[in-house]
Amino acid sequence: MLKLLIIAIDSMLISNIILMKFLGICAYIGVSKKQETAAGMGFAVIFVMVMATLISYLLQIYVLNPLKLQYLQTIVFIFVIAALVQIVEITMKKIAPALFEALGIYLPLITTNCTILGVAILNIQKNYNLMETIVFSLSTGIGYFIAIYLFAGIREKMEWADIPEPFKGPAIGIITAGLMSLAFFGFTGLVKM
Amino acid sequence: MNNSFKKIFNGIWTNNPVLVVLLGFCPVLAVSTTVNNAVGMAFAATFVLVLSNVVISSIRKFIPSKMRIPVFVMVIATFVTIVDLVMYGYFPQLHKSLGVFIPLIVVNCIVFGRAEAFASKNNVFDSFLDGIGMGIGFLLTIVVLATIREVLGNGTFFGLKLFGSSYSPVIVAILPPGAFLTIGLMLGGMNFINIKNKEREKIRQKLEKERLKTQKEVK
Repeated sequence: MLKLLIIAIDSMLISNIILMKFLGICAYIGVSKKQETAAGMGFAVIFVMVMATLISYLLQIYVLNPLKLQYLQTIVFIFVIAALVQIVEITMKKIAPALFEALGIYLPLITTNCTILGVAILNIQKNYNLMETIVFSLSTGIGYFIAIYLFAGIREKMEWADIPEPFKGPAIGIITAGLMSLAFFGFTGLVKM
Repeated sequence: MNNSFKKIFNGIWTNNPVLVVLLGFCPVLAVSTTVNNAVGMAFAATFVLVLSNVVISSIRKFIPSKMRIPVFVMVIATFVTIVDLVMYGYFPQLHKSLGVFIPLIVVNCIVFGRAEAFASKNNVFDSFLDGIGMGIGFLLTIVVLATIREVLGNGTFFGLKLFGSSYSPVIVAILPPGAFLTIGLMLGGMNFINIKNKEREKIRQKLEKERLKTQKEVK
């Protein structure tokens, strides 16, 4: 139980997926101009991340490992994720149209978001069991949400700031991300691994 | 000849995949802690970029447009797997320090973006040059970034000590925040140069116009 809690805090705050591990920066810079869209993207990532990590974990344990096909990991995982996103999109449209309205446009973006594939692979590398896999992917997703939502809030305020000409746009955004990452360093030492 | 040089230069400065098009930030930021890792990553990415560009452009006429994305993914993933296994076999140390970022070349937006935007529309030779140019652009960006970070944050370059023992390294430069700050400043610097160049060009054109005018008056 304690281990699960440590995994949760570690992947949510201490080694935050965006600010400490540098996964998913493209989308982080791209869809963080408004808090509303950032929240949509964040929820979509949480949702897909848990499902994709779980399915790729089961595939690795029950298909790839017994057949000694570990070298196909990259190819299999990327296809599973692409297919999963498609299926989620179609089912969501039928079953939960309201949710689809909110998350729909972010789903295709997620296929090429390296957080999903990255977490699926990291999860295998860390040798987590089923319960740990679920906690790890869920809390990593929440960590993504926290980072992108806060960042969008800062960017909204920055609209009114007087920024030197060459730094307008992405440059100042990335520097802001750097300062946020510095702030997240404060969480180091929260738990001892 | 001039034309092919232009295509390569396009990838290095005008359309630098990282600094101008803002793609593929993840590996750039993550593996630029030492110049050694940066060079390894850049070569791996360039290999995948060039070969996937060549293969995709040579089969572009047989791919139905609705099926193109899975086909691209398949081609790219194949080359990434090759790089992954070769690196694991011959450079285990490098493979270990690049870690998850080798398989993640599959979802690197640069590779995918060039396949979609360039290789699927142009002939094999042009796509090859485009891959080389983009690869060099990626290499230069990541190496410059890694040099700044390694020299400041560790006092070394390619693992060689540069300063005496009195140098106390700026540790933040090799930590994650340093990556963001350095690349942000690099982006700003590049914009600054481009803005200055544009202004200079404008002044030059203006002077040229005035010169022509006075020449006419003299006549």
